[in-house]
Amino acid sequence: MEETTFNLSIFTENSIGMLNRITIIFTRRHINIESITASECELPGIYRYTIVVKTSLEQVKKVVAQIEKLVEVLKAFYHRDDEVVYQEIALYKLATNSFANGGAETIVRDHYARILTIEKDFIIVEKTGQPEELTKLFHELDQYGVLEFVRSGRVAISKPMKTLESYLNELEITEFNH
Amino acid sequence: MRCLVNEGVKTIFGYPGGAIMPIYDALYDFSDRVEHILVRHEQGAIHAAQGFARTSGDVGVVFATSGPGATNLITGLADAMIDSTPVVCVTGQVASHLLGTDAFQETDVIGISMPVTKWNIQVTKAEDIAGALAKAFYIARSGRPGPVLVDITKDAQFGEVDFTYTPCTGVRSYHPAPKVNDDLLKQAAALINAAEKPYLLVGQGIILSEAQAELEAFVDKSGIPVASTLLGLGAFSPDHNNYVGYLGMHGNYAPNVLTNSCDLLIAVGMRFDDRVTGDVSRYAKQAKVIHIDIDPAELNKIIQADVPIHADAKDALTRLTALVDQQAYPDWLAEFKALEAIEREKVVTDAIHPTSEQLKMAEVVNLLSEKTNGQAVVVTDVGQHQMIASRYYQYKGNRTNITSGGLGTMGFALPAAIGAKLGDPSKTVVAIIGDGGFQMTIQELGTILQFKIDIKILILNNNFLGMVRQWQQLFFDRRYSFTEIVNPDFITIAKGYAIDGKKINTREELDSSLDEMIASTGAYLLETVVEKEDNVFPMVPTGASVSEILLS
Repeated sequence: MEETTFNLSIFTENSIGMLNRITIIFTRRHINIESITASECELPGIYRYTIVVKTSLEQVKKVVAQIEKLVEVLKAFYHRDDEVVYQEIALYKLATNSFANGGAETIVRDHYARILTIEKDFIIVEKTGQPEELTKLFHELDQYGVLEFVRSGRVAISKPMKTLESYLNELEITEFNH
Repeated sequence: MRCLVNEGVKTIFGYPGGAIMPIYDALYDFSDRVEHILVRHEQGAIHAAQGFARTSGDVGVVFATSGPGATNLITGLADAMIDSTPVVCVTGQVASHLLGTDAFQETDVIGISMPVTKWNIQVTKAEDIAGALAKAFYIARSGRPGPVLVDITKDAQFGEVDFTYTPCTGVRSYHPAPKVNDDLLKQAAALINAAEKPYLLVGQGIILSEAQAELEAFVDKSGIPVASTLLGLGAFSPDHNNYVGYLGMHGNYAPNVLTNSCDLLIAVGMRFDDRVTGDVSRYAKQAKVIHIDIDPAELNKIIQADVPIHADAKDALTRLTALVDQQAYPDWLAEFKALEAIEREKVVTDAIHPTSEQLKMAEVVNLLSEKTNGQAVVVTDVGQHQMIASRYYQYKGNRTNITSGGLGTMGFALPAAIGAKLGDPSKTVVAIIGDGGFQMTIQELGTILQFKIDIKILILNNNFLGMVRQWQQLFFDRRYSFTEIVNPDFITIAKGYAIDGKKINTREELDSSLDEMIASTGAYLLETVVEKEDNVFPMVPTGASVSEILLS
């Protein structure tokens, strides 16, 4: 079966154990989660999960149906990479003296990365971008010795213009009809 | 307790323990309004609650304590989840300041039960109990029903609050009552009206949505042949001319074979279990498929539907009946009847009127079916006796077929029969159980003794774990690895619990013994010693297509 990267956007109530309820749906089907992030979305009290998985279209449809079946899930969507705009953030820690000859600084400039903090012993660099850009920066900086490197999970927003609120309104209309 | 009374709860199955003592203390004051059935093991409590829910149509309620009390519920929760049975379990939990400390009898019940409940919640404050229980009952019984667990910490149980109870009428993120899409119904009706060999498969969804009359009206008008899944048995009268039988691995010959001959498959309130479909890649490939289910996750899960309809069965059938033409398919129906005659000749006749010396399972069940006119509630366990009961008991009454379908839980029948009787005291309840499964929850004989539960226990004893033995015979070269079982004297055991009983070995004794069992007052145990190496046929072997079903 052909595997594709899918970006799932899941909107949930803010209740204890939601993350667990969602992840066991993947575990049970032996699907590995590539990355996961969660935070409050534009509607107060509603949380948005972005989950990246590699699986087949058939399987992702079934998984999304199982996720939507959860009582506290308001709505779940899946999108291919070309249907979303997505970013990750990475932090790089380098020794301050690795900037002494200007080489590291040039790399930071060329990559449009930011310097977050300068301490006596170390400097923290931040870059937002797509995974391969973040990795590329890591490899270039690493010639000066990256002490620590951390990358966030992916956040993604779909290109279609329909808002969550309009989906929710539709749902509430159905609810009031019954 | 007042929450439960407000939900109309009159029967609770439970077992007390340290962390649920405040609730039991409150229960003491309600003993005039609520009957508490003290089981002998928490697994018995939840299976009893399932049996209660299945016969009564109400939510079954269970009380258990923390730790082992709660973990003993897990099998029943999984069973209720896969068989869509509404159950609310209230478990005690250690006090909230002890959560996560490995306190005595503390387990993460929320975490453990998450995959096997429709919803669960932990309550740590007294003021949240009423809201949580209201939501629990609402979720358990609405939409596709299922089990819900409410875990209440001991300090919350002790807390005093001004009591107000408002039943739950909706949850913003949960939509159990789908609005039927009229366009899809029209497409479905067009397919039905154009079909030459339409075929209707019905499942438990008919019973859960109480759509038996709507189903009959639809069939009477559309003229379509009807087959039933295991859990759907009883949803449609076996006496109806359009009824063609029972689907699945050990189902009837015609309904399995002709699945691959129809040109339109209409599935209502069923989920294409692998025991129904056999090899999915060779299942009804020639046919268009209409699938109606209240759970949208079931649509296109196993079988791609040309017209998937997310709807309540009753609602959808009512509307479809109005849209379909009055039709009859005499030639198509005759194909079923022809195969039925083959099955009768090659399997059924010998099974119910055997010439062998020893009793056969099917003749026992067939005679019971005749004697009770198909009106008894028949609760079965799991294995050969279950498949025989499903094949040879003619379920004619509403909510009379209680069995563990999806999970296949041995030990289900005895406690479930207790609950089934309490859920519908007007009916004769017969638990048909194998010698293996009976011993998995045999302790519930104590519950029958204490609460004078009037159930009839019919043991089909072949001194084997028969279904596994059958598979060993057919697929593992007769290597009977640990399936022969040495049994105790069941009659003596029953006597210890003051339950009358009788053991029979011969055909001559069968008729009068069944009469005696049915006429007995109070619980009764009839042990029938049946042929040791009898097999259940027809059979769709694993990996085979439904049309390759074996007759012997």
